[in-house]
Amino acid sequence: MNKYPVWKYAVIVAALIVAFLYTLPNFFAEVPAVQVSGLRANKADADTLKQVDEALKAAKVDVSSSLIENESIKVRFKDGESQKNGQAAIQAKLGAGYIVALQLISNSPAWLSKINALPMYLGLDLRGGVHFLMQVDMKSVFDKAVDRYVGDVRVLLRDKKIFYTGISRDGDRVVAKFKEKPELQRAQTEISTQLPELLLKDTEINGEFVLTVLMKPETIKKLQDNAIQQNITALRRRVNELGVSEPIVQQQGADRILVELAGVQDPARAEELIGRTASLEVRLVAEEHAASRNYDAFERYRNEPAPFGTEKIIDEKGYPVLVYKTIAFTGDKITDAQAGFDQQAGGGSIVNVTLNAAGGRAMTMTTRGNVGKRMAVIMIEKGKPEVLTWPNINSELGARFYISGMPNTQEAKNLALLLRAGALAAEMQIIEKRMIGPSLGAENIEKGKNSLLLGFALITVFMIAYYMLFGVVSVVALGCNLFFLVALLSMLQATLTLPGVAAIALALGMAIDANVLITERIREELRSGMSPQMAIQVGYDRALDTIIDSNITTLIVGLAQLIWGAGQVRGFAVVHCLGILTSVFSAVMVSRGLVNLIYGGRKKVAKLSIGNVNWHNAASQTPAKA
Amino acid sequence: MEFFRIKKPIPFMRHALVFNAISFITFLLAVVFLVTKGLHFSIEFTGGTVIEAPLKQAADLEKIRTELKDKGFLDVTVQNFGSAKDVLIRLPLRVSVGDHNTAMEAQKNTIIQTLIPLGLDYDVELAKTDPKANKLRAEFVGGQVGKELAYDGSLALLAVCIGILIYLAIRFEWRFAVATIIANLHDVVIILGFFAFFQWEFSLPVLAAVLAILGYSVNESVVVFDRARENFRKMRKATTSEIFDAAITGTISRTIITHGTTQMMVLAMLIFGGPSLFYFALALTIGICFGIYSSVLVACPIAQYLGVSREDFVKPVKKDGDPEVISANP
Repeated sequence: MNKYPVWKYAVIVAALIVAFLYTLPNFFAEVPAVQVSGLRANKADADTLKQVDEALKAAKVDVSSSLIENESIKVRFKDGESQKNGQAAIQAKLGAGYIVALQLISNSPAWLSKINALPMYLGLDLRGGVHFLMQVDMKSVFDKAVDRYVGDVRVLLRDKKIFYTGISRDGDRVVAKFKEKPELQRAQTEISTQLPELLLKDTEINGEFVLTVLMKPETIKKLQDNAIQQNITALRRRVNELGVSEPIVQQQGADRILVELAGVQDPARAEELIGRTASLEVRLVAEEHAASRNYDAFERYRNEPAPFGTEKIIDEKGYPVLVYKTIAFTGDKITDAQAGFDQQAGGGSIVNVTLNAAGGRAMTMTTRGNVGKRMAVIMIEKGKPEVLTWPNINSELGARFYISGMPNTQEAKNLALLLRAGALAAEMQIIEKRMIGPSLGAENIEKGKNSLLLGFALITVFMIAYYMLFGVVSVVALGCNLFFLVALLSMLQATLTLPGVAAIALALGMAIDANVLITERIREELRSGMSPQMAIQVGYDRALDTIIDSNITTLIVGLAQLIWGAGQVRGFAVVHCLGILTSVFSAVMVSRGLVNLIYGGRKKVAKLSIGNVNWHNAASQTPAKA
Repeated sequence: MEFFRIKKPIPFMRHALVFNAISFITFLLAVVFLVTKGLHFSIEFTGGTVIEAPLKQAADLEKIRTELKDKGFLDVTVQNFGSAKDVLIRLPLRVSVGDHNTAMEAQKNTIIQTLIPLGLDYDVELAKTDPKANKLRAEFVGGQVGKELAYDGSLALLAVCIGILIYLAIRFEWRFAVATIIANLHDVVIILGFFAFFQWEFSLPVLAAVLAILGYSVNESVVVFDRARENFRKMRKATTSEIFDAAITGTISRTIITHGTTQMMVLAMLIFGGPSLFYFALALTIGICFGIYSSVLVACPIAQYLGVSREDFVKPVKKDGDPEVISANP
């Protein structure tokens, strides 16, 4: 009776060992470090590590260790001073192709990182940094798509020689009009095979045959998903320019993007870069209206409206430029842009541009047959378009091309940055912004830790005084619970925020409930005259039902918070839910295991060390059994 | 050690009417405060800008207020936060402006510039090079986010209620479920009433605390009802009142001790948690205190009014006093 089979102990011991291993990294102090990771094609590999080591040696910087971890190089330093010198030395050696970020990393031994045992992942409120929530303008995405379909349908009908009397946009739909019914039917079949993502509806109004073209709901959904994804990619690229380690850029909800930059040094610059709402478009210049090949080609349209099918946009220098309304491709097709020198034409500054496959195809389509004409790179910021540059198309172009004729290197660099960073599929607006100073974060950790320790101490004193040996067992089980919870949080790398720390404390405060429930029950059974061994057995068994009941109700709360809670509530909920799981395990398995270990082996137990039970309880009318 | 040596069931149910009157009055008061004063929502809900600024010396709030008013911030609130040296400055959202973000950023900078001569412990230049020097916290939240938070929060509350209701209805009986939910919602309203009366800040962590309390207090009702169910099976001659009295008496020591230990943790947060956790811990404290009372002394009478009876728990037994009934039901 009251003996656990060996496997149960084995489970407990195994859980404790694993928990110990994964809790361990949290105890190592954080040391100043530099994290090197490759940008774009560059990878931080063994060669890079060699370069880093050489650079540090040359600069005579004291290094504690340097190694490769998860495709990035981490160099630990003795102090903040050498960290800064080290960063400068490494950046100078590796150049712009690598991000060299300052960081604090745990000084845990390498073998722990090998088994993925990392310290808990601290949220911004605990380590300081900036947080942005961006709203993606989905209406503009939708508008652009409808505009594009107007163009697509027009081109398709022209290609297939289907005669229409007019194609226009009407709100969220494209309306095509035909004189003859057969023309409409041909158009219908062509559009439905070529553009299957569209919904078609035909009507007859005043003797005219009208075809209404709408986007299917799934097309709209895909459009929006793509827009978000493209914006996330663009934001990641922008964040990389900042040289922040472990930036978070992720989708939140249907149309929002969350950006969190821990330990960012210059929040103003971060915001300037992230908050830049520009998007890029490339369109052909309407050469048929051009008066010359110079900047003043469209001077006569300065005070006049743009001709049909074109749009007047002012360029960087203030000259008006007429461009077609049809968009050749948008900035999200640009995968890279770098300033360089022209090897052929005597070393002028150029910008090398690389497009993705779709962009390459679009570029070929646009430039084929338009050699000698000009194309305009347009940046749209806060709804205001501006032509960045309108270079000549010298030949048919593909996915890789360059823009020549930059006045100087600085201009080339600026344009390259704008091309790289301005590649948003849709405009965004910052709707939430938080900035937390790093020392405030450290203070928060300290406060959370202190309250946890004090609470634990209070509970320990009380439980042992009140329940004697069973109190000790409860406290040990509670300690294990804390252990498991911290280990689980470290293992899952769930973000720990200040409300999360509060949830740890609360989880412990609530977890003791199960232990109290059990001991009270055992006391009661003893009072009603049960033998000690029997009382332990019955006490644990009967309390189990209640423990499970009460934890399920708490879990319902936790899950609801997880699903509907936002931000801090979710940070609380994650820990809350995990805490419930660990507390059931430690209260039921661990504490029972301990009690069995203490009392289970003995044949006869005269008295349990559970506090005073030497009085008869009439409240419970259970007939005495023994 | 033993605090509770209760030898006979305490006749709680005899005083049910008194308890209900107390509950009803506190509940009404809470509702009145909620309606008249309303909750003091944090900017996470209302939208706006918050700046937490450390000063080098104790803050002269009046002076800061007048200085800021001179700069054109008429609807600004300035208060101490944590220590006398820390100030919390709050600006409501101005809906009329098109681009909130730029406007807010400009406001923030003006405020920092205003505070520097007043002893702000923040060196703009130093903070750029040394992140450790930056003890400032600034937040900006757009109006839309706040509305969604409030909506999602209510949705979470509703989901919790329905979830618990269903679980308890399956596990026990619908009358118990309804009684539990009413008793615990009454706690929630009372916590909110406190926040409205004292105009304490209702932030997201407080919302988390309120929801947590809901789950926690339900535990108490579950424990008592669990015991009541057991008693219904064991005490065949007793009336419903006596059954509840015995159930409450039998579990009261456990109820008070677990709440006490949980409160120890919460107390530690109240003392050491700093300003960020203060209201969170405060909400929990109120919830724990009222939770003991309501989950036991409100839930049981309601269950009784709703008419729970022995027949709901004990299936018609073959013979009177069948010993199997006891042993078969843990």
